Amino acid sequence: MSYLDNIFFAIILILGVGYFTVNVKKILRNIKLGREVNRYDNKSERWKNMAMIALGQSKMVKRPISGFLHIIVYVGFVIINIEVLEIIIDGLFGTHRVFAFMGAFYDVLIGSFEILAALVLVAVIVFLIRRNVIKIKRFIHSDLKGWPKSDANYILYFEIVLMSLFLLMNAADYHLQNVSGGFMDFHPAGSFPISQYIATLFDGVANGTVYIIERAAWWLHITGILIFLNYLYFSKHLHILLAFPNTYFADLNSKGQFDNLESVTNEVKLMMDPNADPFAAAPAGADAVPAKFGANDVQDLNWVQLLNAYTCTECGRCTSSCPANITGKKLSPRKIMMDTRDRLVEVGNNIDANKGVFVPDNKTLLNDYITPEELWACTSCNACVEECPVNISPLSIIMDMRRYLVMEQSAAPMSLNAMMTNVENNGAPWQYSQQDRLNWKNEN
Amino acid sequence: MSEILNVPTMAEMLAEGKQPEVLFWVGCAGSFDDRAKKITKAFVKILNRSNVSFAVLGTEESCTGDPAKRAGNEFLFQMQAMMNIEVLNAYEAKKIVTACPHCFNTLKNEYPELGGKYEVIHHTQFLKSLLDDGRLTIEGGQFKGKRITFHDPCYLGRANNVYEAPRELIQKLDAELVEMKRSKANGLCCGAGGAQMFKDAEPGNKEVNIERTEDALQTQPQVIAAGCPFCNTMLTDGVKNKEKEGEIKVMDVAELIANAQDL
Repeated sequence: MSYLDNIFFAIILILGVGYFTVNVKKILRNIKLGREVNRYDNKSERWKNMAMIALGQSKMVKRPISGFLHIIVYVGFVIINIEVLEIIIDGLFGTHRVFAFMGAFYDVLIGSFEILAALVLVAVIVFLIRRNVIKIKRFIHSDLKGWPKSDANYILYFEIVLMSLFLLMNAADYHLQNVSGGFMDFHPAGSFPISQYIATLFDGVANGTVYIIERAAWWLHITGILIFLNYLYFSKHLHILLAFPNTYFADLNSKGQFDNLESVTNEVKLMMDPNADPFAAAPAGADAVPAKFGANDVQDLNWVQLLNAYTCTECGRCTSSCPANITGKKLSPRKIMMDTRDRLVEVGNNIDANKGVFVPDNKTLLNDYITPEELWACTSCNACVEECPVNISPLSIIMDMRRYLVMEQSAAPMSLNAMMTNVENNGAPWQYSQQDRLNWKNEN
Repeated sequence: MSEILNVPTMAEMLAEGKQPEVLFWVGCAGSFDDRAKKITKAFVKILNRSNVSFAVLGTEESCTGDPAKRAGNEFLFQMQAMMNIEVLNAYEAKKIVTACPHCFNTLKNEYPELGGKYEVIHHTQFLKSLLDDGRLTIEGGQFKGKRITFHDPCYLGRANNVYEAPRELIQKLDAELVEMKRSKANGLCCGAGGAQMFKDAEPGNKEVNIERTEDALQTQPQVIAAGCPFCNTMLTDGVKNKEKEGEIKVMDVAELIANAQDL
């Protein structure tokens, strides 16, 4: 017995998993470029959110059709991966259907994989139709021009190929299991509610040919899975992994609560403290680098916002519920997330190319990716945050960038400057004297 | 109708050595905007009728800083917040009610970290509690059987998950509460939030308030109820734009209750 197959299998497995691991480390390093934010509290509530929202898909089903289809693909993905475990063991040790000893339970297992695979095929075809035939608005939106549109379709094609190979492999196996007098070491194992019908194609085909088909489908299937695993790094499909940490680390406060900038609090307290000495030296240990207010690039965002960017799967539910986008403004919350990821990848590549140090490239997330016009169109209504099936907050990025525009560049629209001057001078956004605040009491 | 409103200030209360049950935070719109002042007065009439001991800050009140914060001016926001907190803490305020969801959200969520910890409730929640305690009775009056749709203010609904209090109050009027296709957590913004109230909209193909008004009109309401002075303005403008102001009124929930009782 030759061990060439097994060695070859081990090599592609190590290459596939190894390259993926290298890229996962890059993602982690890039996420850590973000500012620190404490999302380690309330562990039980965080686990609960993850269980409900990521594992339980509770926000997906708010849109019932896509939610239901997504659950099929999601359950299919999770369950069929049990089969991948068997394939890996078979591949490494040269066994065939190593879990077959489980008998009736194995039949149930393989039977349910088959049914799920068929359902996944149907769901994925419906997804393709929704994107390319029905052309649902959020899928043909200008955000998705070029690579993002192809990416979405590639993922779906991939799933079709993988599921088809899986069923073809089973069909050939089923055929060989039932060859009268037996064939090699194929023996009845598993039940094949779907592929038994495909197996009829092999009637009258030479056993040797069917065997080659079975082996080819087996190898292509597992190689395909390893390629797909590595494709994740380049794709929006990364959400299948990151949805879990993303829902765990999401903001737990009321959606209306925007963070208070601590650096500002310190300065305001100093201003309001009559005993403060404005000429006093900065206290020991104070940051040598003056804090930048707000964000104009990815390094100014916090690490959860960067995790959000990698997690976004560009479904566009946010954009389709955004009042600004609905009424034709340039703002698209999905684009905010896509731009943030694109810029973060660019910064990461820059670091890789320069031996671990970021060399300024005269580009920033603000202006080169996201324009002030987009930022100023936001009504801060939280519809995007509410809609996101994995609790991403485009709003927090928009707010941090507005802060940069206003506090670092004094670049607010004129009318907002007038409003802020009024608040500063007379304690109201309009030009009314604070002394007149109670006049309404005596007016008729 | 021109009964005299009893509106004590915190300063007056303090001079008498009294602490009110609740501090009414009027807000800038409620103090200065002609339309919103009517909401303020309607709410005060109900408070007076229910013998609620309340007080306002009057000339000691200042903008919460909400529009500055949403516009990105964290400095101005925190300056306003700390000045207001100093005043509120000096009066030992415990419970605050406001008819503005923006003031409500800011006072409730963003002041505590800066040293201002109060129980903050929206006026619809407060009215609901008065109702539950038997201190307020609601009659349908002119609104009995009317079709009323409620627009969820973003900073009351999605931002703070208050959806039921205003609806329960409307139902107490024996009115027919009809929901828009986008309501509660899926409600569409009126277009005023995030400091949009104070600037022109970016180029687009429609105004947000028109889009939202169309949602409301689809329910064929006689009254569009709101719980926010800014939403009220936006929807009133929307109804005017559709030339429906003769048939459809935009009213605050407090006005509905006060008007039903001819207060």
